[in-house]
Amino acid sequence: MTLSKLPKMNIVVVGHVDHGKSTLIGRLLADTHSLPQGKLEQVKAECRRHAKPFEYAFLLDALKDEQAQGITIDTARCFFKSKKRQYIIIDAPGHIEFLKNMISGAARAEAALLVIDAGEGIQENSRRHGYLLSMLGIRQVAICVNKMDLVEYRQEAFDKIEKEYRKFLKEIELTPKVFLPIAAREGENIINRPARMKWFQGPSLLEILDSFEKAPSPQDKPFRMPVQGIYKFTESGDTRRIFAGRVESGAVSVGDKVIFLPSNKRSTLKSIEGFNAPARKKISAGYSAGVTLTEQIYINRGDILCKEGEPLPHVSSLMKVKVFWLGKKPMAMGKEYKLKSGTSAVPVRLKEIKRVLDASALTKLNKKIVERNDVAEVVLESSRPVAFDLSSELETTSRFVIVDEYDISGGGIIAEVVKDEQSPVREQISIRDQMWDFSVIDPEQRALRYGHQSKLILLTGSVGMDKKTIAKELEKILFETGIKTYFLPMGNLLRGLDAHVESHRASRREHIHHLGEIAHLFLDAGIIVVATASNLTDEELRELQEVTERDSIVIANVGKNNFHGPIVALDLSEKENPVKNARKIVGFLKEKKVLL
Amino acid sequence: MTHLEKLESQSVYILREAYSHFKNLAMLWSIGKDSTVLLWLARKAFFGHVPFPLVHIDTSFKIPEMIQFRDKLALEWNLNMVYGSNTQALQEKRTFPAGALTRLECCKTLKTDALVNTLSGKWPRYRLDHQTGAYVLDENKEPYTGVIVGVRADEEGSRSKERYFSPRDKQSDWAVGDQPPEFWNQFKTDFAPGTHIRIHPLLDWTELDIWEYIAAENIPVIPLYFDQGKGERYRSLGCYPCTFPVKSTAQNVQEIIEELKTGKFKDIAERSGRAQDKEDSGGLETLRRSGYM
Ligand SMILES: Nc1nc2c(ncn2[C@@H]2O[C@H](COP(=O)(O)OP(=O)(O)O)[C@@H](O)[C@H]2O)c(=O)[nH]1
Ligand SMILES: [Mg+2]
Repeated sequence: MTLSKLPKMNIVVVGHVDHGKSTLIGRLLADTHSLPQGKLEQVKAECRRHAKPFEYAFLLDALKDEQAQGITIDTARCFFKSKKRQYIIIDAPGHIEFLKNMISGAARAEAALLVIDAGEGIQENSRRHGYLLSMLGIRQVAICVNKMDLVEYRQEAFDKIEKEYRKFLKEIELTPKVFLPIAAREGENIINRPARMKWFQGPSLLEILDSFEKAPSPQDKPFRMPVQGIYKFTESGDTRRIFAGRVESGAVSVGDKVIFLPSNKRSTLKSIEGFNAPARKKISAGYSAGVTLTEQIYINRGDILCKEGEPLPHVSSLMKVKVFWLGKKPMAMGKEYKLKSGTSAVPVRLKEIKRVLDASALTKLNKKIVERNDVAEVVLESSRPVAFDLSSELETTSRFVIVDEYDISGGGIIAEVVKDEQSPVREQISIRDQMWDFSVIDPEQRALRYGHQSKLILLTGSVGMDKKTIAKELEKILFETGIKTYFLPMGNLLRGLDAHVESHRASRREHIHHLGEIAHLFLDAGIIVVATASNLTDEELRELQEVTERDSIVIANVGKNNFHGPIVALDLSEKENPVKNARKIVGFLKEKKVLL
Repeated sequence: MTHLEKLESQSVYILREAYSHFKNLAMLWSIGKDSTVLLWLARKAFFGHVPFPLVHIDTSFKIPEMIQFRDKLALEWNLNMVYGSNTQALQEKRTFPAGALTRLECCKTLKTDALVNTLSGKWPRYRLDHQTGAYVLDENKEPYTGVIVGVRADEEGSRSKERYFSPRDKQSDWAVGDQPPEFWNQFKTDFAPGTHIRIHPLLDWTELDIWEYIAAENIPVIPLYFDQGKGERYRSLGCYPCTFPVKSTAQNVQEIIEELKTGKFKDIAERSGRAQDKEDSGGLETLRRSGYM
């Protein structure tokens, strides 16, 4: 196959089953002489041998089942070129059964051809596919009214379909580039202007393809690089600590101040790394990159690297989204799923169904579940805050998929942020960290010197469970092995820093916040804080996580575990000897490499 | 970005996603140009390192230069090199060259069966010892749950339907009609115990892209791809009894690129020198469904 240095473009062909998508592509390939030598003759000969009529679709439907059943099951990619560029044409299946394949094909495309059978008119999937194109973010769409031969190439038939479908597209806010009449099987209006539809002034299908524009690179948007991994290949003698990911939008340069979200950690870009590539000072949208930082901060895969001074992503555990559901099992309230967006993956639940649409008819359905092939507007709640953009602001980082058990079962775009309970705290902490005057000693240096990382070990459980004895024993064991540690019971805080607060019960939230701020100082100083607090709730813990840092807290629960989420690192029995419990915690710290 | 930069970036992204999600990850290296480019892309993705084993299936009928080339690069690039083969079939002479099997059956025996059992850890694996340069029995018998393969969509029909992350069941079977959705660079990375995922970072590359990238990056390839003065060269490499050179006088990468763009190969399929593809229409699909690359 010859492909020269012409630019490439991905085009998807969608529409209802049997409306002629595969034929259209087969015809394009044949008429532009893009098929491998002898392929057309070979397929024709094979058809004769099996005494079945030749179909242009056979040039694409390569799978045995596809030829046997005469339908496209999965997307195929075909290569062909015009004078202007090379095309990768994606043939999407039209059957509802294979909607997931249609989406897989269409999501790759920069432009789409939507095929409607002139004889059969607009069908269910003509509409559903149109709606999905708009959700997938494909803005350049040409509507091909095919099989014009079936309506004797009459203009009225074409006009009628155009009028009706335009009305539908308007509702879903998709502006088509053009409507054009074609007869794919007959080769009418494919690469040449139609011979049998003199009333149509053009353009031809090929001209339309060539008129599609490349989407502008999101280089001028705010910088976003979801972190794929943090690499350190020490065993091969490489000491670089590289944050790897692909720049999804914007650009960043060496020396820029950067921030990771949602973990809210800051640093400065030290270098841009590469292999067998010239040294770079700047990277921009599209490049798979690797960077090093001036401070050795700890972050995980899933954070988004952003640039300070630019609009930052939103951070929340609540979001209003548009989803399409592909799962065999419906999307149900209360069930736990996995939300994957960028490189992050967090547990998520369906919190509220705003409305469910039948995408083929755009009518509102009164349902309490989102079923296969439905499109819906819902509110999702994640168990941890997520960093994201809105689809109206930055497309790539507003997209997500939902995994049910092992399978991607839905996808969607985030339309609005819904403030969660922690939003005010998060804002305060973001300002705190932005204004913070950092010590010149960075956390990794401290950890190396002290022989351990800093951590907040938080012992909790009901009132009456003896957490303090365990905490004191733990402090003693740690201290005796040379670890910098400090015992901090909630009670001391109430009698000291918060002594002025009148009603302790009413101000519990404030105390929790203060505990977090004090722990934050100790953590920054490199110390292992052993704190105790009774009856801690999920929400309070989330607040502590916002005020300190998510991974710097280890929850050890004594007695019955009253948390709803899976946040307890260690379950301790109140009946166990406190020293044994303390040793258990030490074991955990060793295992997690907190103690180096 | 140039089109090669885009392809490179996407492949690197896929390789890194694979590395993040699979504890037991391996890359198949057939020593041919595609999987050598794939290997190069891994070095790009991981800044000069290849943090997973490279697996080669040795049919014993490979052109000898291929094995030399493999071991030379493995030592030079500090690769964790592993090979497996169907020793029993070879001992019993159950092969096409020995006259016992058809070409397709031979492919299934020496390649597919060896591959499936090497990946699952059922049959022995041999690992390159960098101290001695010799192969030793690999202690690691754990199945690889992520297998990176250098197939391209433009090679033949069934490959054009592949996903970047493609699940295989316990028997390594490929459910072509029921593939998982894949969009927005979110891949299938969750899988049931006993199943594994094939990962295809080169899906979007064409034969010409491969050669242009080899030229741009100066990637070492086996000299069998070039005419050594006899007026023929290999376009696609496999076992010598079933792979035939094509008539060509291209002596270097640039000449191959020219030939692909304008010359006589521009409309001829790459695997035309592979005899097993011709025995049954859909033959390669049948092989691939049961685990062939
Ligand atoms: N009359 C007529 N039939 C067509 C035309 N284009 C395609 N067809 C037929 O419509 C049927 C379905 O076509 P196919 O391309 O498989 O549809 P797909 O399901 O949308 O891919 C085939 O039998 C084609 O021959 C056309 O322009 N005119
Ligand atoms: Mg079709």
